[in-house]
Amino acid sequence: MTLLEVENATVRFGGLTALEDVSFRVGQGEIFAVVGPNGAGKSTLFNVISRFCQPASGDVRFEGESVLGHSPSGIAGLGIARTFQNIELFDRTTVLQNLLIGRHTRRRASILPQIVFAPAVRREEIAHRGAVERIIDFLDLHPYRDNAVAGLPYGVRKVVEIGRALSMEPRLILLDEPASGLSVEEAGDMRFWIEDIRAQLGVTVLMVEHNMSLVSAVSDRVMVLADGRIIALGAPREVQSDARVVEAYLGTGTAMR
Amino acid sequence: MRVHFKTTYDHDIRLFADARDALRYGLLVALAVALPFLLDDFLLGEATNVLIWAIAGMGLMLLTGHAGQPSLGHAAFLAAGCYAHAILMGRFGLPFAASFVLAGVIAGFVGVLVAIPALRLHGIYLAIATLALSILTEDFIVLAEPWTGGVAGMTAPDISILGMEIDRLGSPDSFYWLCLAVAVLVTLGYRNILRAPFGRALLAVRDSEISAQAMGVSPARTKTAAFGLSCMTTGWAGALMGHFFYTFNHEVFTVVISIQLLLMIVIGGLGSIHGAYYGAAVVAIVPQAINVARDWIAQVSGAGGVAIPGLEVGVFGLILIFFILFEPLGIHGRMTKWRVYFELFPFYRRDMFRRQKSYLRTERMR
Ligand SMILES: Nc1ncnc2c1ncn2[C@@H]1O[C@H](COP(=O)(O)OP(=O)(O)O)[C@@H](O)[C@H]1O
Ligand SMILES: [Mg+2]
Repeated sequence: MTLLEVENATVRFGGLTALEDVSFRVGQGEIFAVVGPNGAGKSTLFNVISRFCQPASGDVRFEGESVLGHSPSGIAGLGIARTFQNIELFDRTTVLQNLLIGRHTRRRASILPQIVFAPAVRREEIAHRGAVERIIDFLDLHPYRDNAVAGLPYGVRKVVEIGRALSMEPRLILLDEPASGLSVEEAGDMRFWIEDIRAQLGVTVLMVEHNMSLVSAVSDRVMVLADGRIIALGAPREVQSDARVVEAYLGTGTAMR
Repeated sequence: MRVHFKTTYDHDIRLFADARDALRYGLLVALAVALPFLLDDFLLGEATNVLIWAIAGMGLMLLTGHAGQPSLGHAAFLAAGCYAHAILMGRFGLPFAASFVLAGVIAGFVGVLVAIPALRLHGIYLAIATLALSILTEDFIVLAEPWTGGVAGMTAPDISILGMEIDRLGSPDSFYWLCLAVAVLVTLGYRNILRAPFGRALLAVRDSEISAQAMGVSPARTKTAAFGLSCMTTGWAGALMGHFFYTFNHEVFTVVISIQLLLMIVIGGLGSIHGAYYGAAVVAIVPQAINVARDWIAQVSGAGGVAIPGLEVGVFGLILIFFILFEPLGIHGRMTKWRVYFELFPFYRRDMFRRQKSYLRTERMR
């Protein structure tokens, strides 16, 4: 079953065409990777899906409904969560608070009951906390729960950002370079987490990643972008032997081996 | 060092961390309630002044300290609350409680009206726009003479709650208790917001609007609500201020007051309710300290009393610069450090509160 459908998406920044006529589908329960050289338009694709960037033409449908009618803050409510290539956390607060903000779309109480902290608000808070604690368990974030985010090591911040996105209980998660900047061991952990996100939480994964061993280990299908165009799409093994892909990576070809 | 053994999630949700914490704040409130029996009328007036400033400060703290939106225009909302209350009560004869609550709501509504065009402005631009608002306020009060009494000003109507007459000069004790009750209620409401989803939305918008949006938090709605609540609270402080001054005109709500409010919460410590109270204490103490110092200088030098215009503002400015240079976390930050120092003694490390370099924020979304 198709979960996400991108149809003929084109994005221009002035004279630069960052995405040109990109179409693909991500199925329910799939791990779908997007690879390509720097500047290929991968993050732009994510920004189109999460409405930070308006496509010149084309459409993006999630569960059959176009996302283009929603504001950037309405996308989360549909069940799409995302992380950012350069970690965007709420730095001046704790890990726990960051994850709780992930529960925002699940809140029920309006502002007045919150001001008096009505019993319903308390019950809701306890439920949110329970959900967040499950994510903390899942990602082994216990040691950092009450730490301020700003002081944490880079690798932990990456995991916290994924945790924040998962707290939302999304249907689809967009991971923008989850393993970049991680040590070999951390990247190894990331691989298992990505697999578990699908296996245990049942969340569909769309990710951008440069680490090809990670990509071929976890993903069902890989899409290769270069200069805003799709040059290959298929199972990891097929894509890596595609002549055009090797050409696009000439000079950086080592990354594909 | 104290270790909290948490057994339920409610431990992190309830108002006080533990019994000791509850006792501390309980004693503080008890002391505050007993204050009229301990202080003379002059000092009690000062304490009342601190409370009113603290209420106004909490209003601004919500907007600036928690939602991250600086305002240099909050004197406008003090004025809105003050005049709305005086008009509703004096002209329309509303009972105190109704008029008071409504005055805050009106100030909050004005705040929302200001927020809508200001939503696109960030940081210094927002500060300048709100500064302009504050400058306009004075002129507006003068121009709206039929309602505000213009330059001649207005007189605050007498308060009567359930047949009890409250008058700042005639019954300073009851007026103090009234202000204390408002301050405590506002503090509780503020605390509740901070432990609820809306409080977290404020932090989200302050720290990163982009990821706030990705989490489903609408910056526009959050900021508008923050403006509304902030201006409502400041409006209540304005209404009390009207009673405190008894007579007031446009000169009470100058730009200097707006600036002083902002200085106050920065000195007190941005992003903490304590900070609003600490800042309010500083604002109340500084003019008195200057008076004492001036008398002392006059005595020592043998000259008559010297009046230096702008001295007060200058001293505030110096204090602010001192804090920005040496204690950007304000008085609240300093107090927290001392507390940690004593709790951990002798294991405190100098670097414990070293600010971390934040990561580069260029190319955020790519
Ligand atoms: N907001 C923007 N304004 C102008 N140009 C942009 C913007 N975002 C991305 N680009 C350009 O679009 C192209 C694709 O960028 P991006 O999607 O970030 O690539 P990557 O595949 O490395 O994530 C690059 O040339 C980049 O400079
Ligand atoms: Mg990118």
